[in-house]
Amino acid sequence: MFSTWREMSPRTRREAMEGYISIAPWLIGFLLFTLIPVLASVYYSFTQWSVTRPAEWIGFDNYTRMFTRDPLFWQALKVTFYYVLLSLPLKIIFGLGLALLLNLKIRGMNFYRTIFYIPAVISGVAVSLMWMWLLHPDTGVINALLAQIGIQGPAWFWDPQWALPSVALMNVWAVGGSAVIYLAGLQNIPPHLYEAAKIDGANMWRRFWRITLPLLTPILFFLLIVEMIDSFKVFTQAFVITKGGPLKATYFYLYYFYEEAFQNFNMGYASALAIILMLIILAATVVMNYLSKHWVYYESEQEKS
Amino acid sequence: MMAQQLDAPRAAGPKAPLLSSRARRWLGNGLAYLVMTALAFIVMIPLFWMLSTSLKARWEIFAWPPQWIPETLHWENYREAFTKYPMGRFMLNSAFLVVVNVIGELLAVPLIAYGFARLRFPGRNVLFVLMLATMMIPGHIKLIPLFAIYHRLNMIDTYWPLVLPAFFGNPFFIFLMVQYIKTLPRDLDEAARMDGAGTWTILYRIILPLCKPPLTIILVYTFWWTWNEFLHPLIYLNSFDKFPVQVGLAFFKGRYSVEWNLFMAATLVSILPILILYFFVQRQLIGGIASVGLKG
Repeated sequence: MFSTWREMSPRTRREAMEGYISIAPWLIGFLLFTLIPVLASVYYSFTQWSVTRPAEWIGFDNYTRMFTRDPLFWQALKVTFYYVLLSLPLKIIFGLGLALLLNLKIRGMNFYRTIFYIPAVISGVAVSLMWMWLLHPDTGVINALLAQIGIQGPAWFWDPQWALPSVALMNVWAVGGSAVIYLAGLQNIPPHLYEAAKIDGANMWRRFWRITLPLLTPILFFLLIVEMIDSFKVFTQAFVITKGGPLKATYFYLYYFYEEAFQNFNMGYASALAIILMLIILAATVVMNYLSKHWVYYESEQEKS
Repeated sequence: MMAQQLDAPRAAGPKAPLLSSRARRWLGNGLAYLVMTALAFIVMIPLFWMLSTSLKARWEIFAWPPQWIPETLHWENYREAFTKYPMGRFMLNSAFLVVVNVIGELLAVPLIAYGFARLRFPGRNVLFVLMLATMMIPGHIKLIPLFAIYHRLNMIDTYWPLVLPAFFGNPFFIFLMVQYIKTLPRDLDEAARMDGAGTWTILYRIILPLCKPPLTIILVYTFWWTWNEFLHPLIYLNSFDKFPVQVGLAFFKGRYSVEWNLFMAATLVSILPILILYFFVQRQLIGGIASVGLKG
């Protein structure tokens, strides 16, 4: 499409120059804040290095140490995978359920939508502090309410068995954030499909499984990926509420990374940790993308056949 | 309508429904309101409890059974929270970061977006795709080298690491703005060019005044994200009096964790600016949410 620089007319050359000038901030930012740091991360992952002393090349030692001699790495990995598997279904079921309710054609729905979305705009730190107080084992209101109906509540964040599920449960509170995206998908489903199905005698249950769910799969897929990546990167709750405890029960991967990098200053080893997390996220995304061919419905494909 | 007519003959048959379809719809709506209201209560209760705690006297906060509305409202808790924790300082720090980040994005993004959307230059499409691809890179991978760079530049414990990137444009905003500029008719540019306007005049006199919707989104989201940002300030700042509100709160958590009434007052104040922002621009915040997940 473009001729070489010499062959350009003065006008196109001028426009091209202006084009480069206008995108220059992004290009410089890309080099400084993305390309160089990513490449440097790969390099540092092969070194032993703390910020104050120069990096020393040690080959694959960081990686072999991680996989063979570091129980903390495996603990962090276990906690994080367990959390992803626990929180993803919860988020999807509650998010979709809430969206279906919000999609009911009754007046005043915008008001409810506004309410349900509030938790999604509040900062993770404030939300964490709030739930710490609500779920406090001795003085929290949740356990007080449970006690009123005769249930002895667990110690939540302070019980190794309950800490991780507690983090997952508190995130269900903010499920309005994804519900709104499902809702946008629901409202894109053409109403004539439902009318036709009704005439054919399909009940509500059947309409949900045969129309709503298949047509929603692209959005479901999108949110599955986004929320999976988010779940791999839990940090704030671990830092604010549990400090990874009790007994490393909430020792999330990114929290381990933070401790290694910015508290112990094992920057080489932490770089290797970061690379592995990126590879895990990448692999999970690729696998999900591959599997999506079997369950995500794309309208255009269907029309061809 | 159709369904009702089809239902009508059946109503006389042996399997006649108990209620007419209107009564059923009425009942259905009532049930829907009931469920929605119950859920709205469940969502609001934690926030209400936070408010209630923040207005209690110290002896009241551990009362059993839980007391939903304190007997007297201790508004002075808020004053005490502001003197005990430097909340005013934290809030001002956060506000400063918000303002500078907003300025940075508003300066950089339109310029970059205009180049991608309107100007022709070799390699444009490749660079645009590259920019979109960078949104997929998880942010944590860049933290250590960036920390090292800022360390070498003596910028640790300053605001530079927290404001500098904004002046190079967030790819998410650039993408948003490119898409928007592409919807504006090209005749506008051409006509202005005929009148002798240069590229930059066209951008700042013709295009930008038409870009209020994307500029609003940039402003709102930068405000929102900067105010709520936690990991970056946590890493780059050491001095207590430089902390933005999120780091300040997390820091105080360990210190006075028994004074939950004061602490909840401080927490509530910290989310107030975002709640106010939300109630003014909820359409933008809710509408753009699908793309928020793309932020790296």
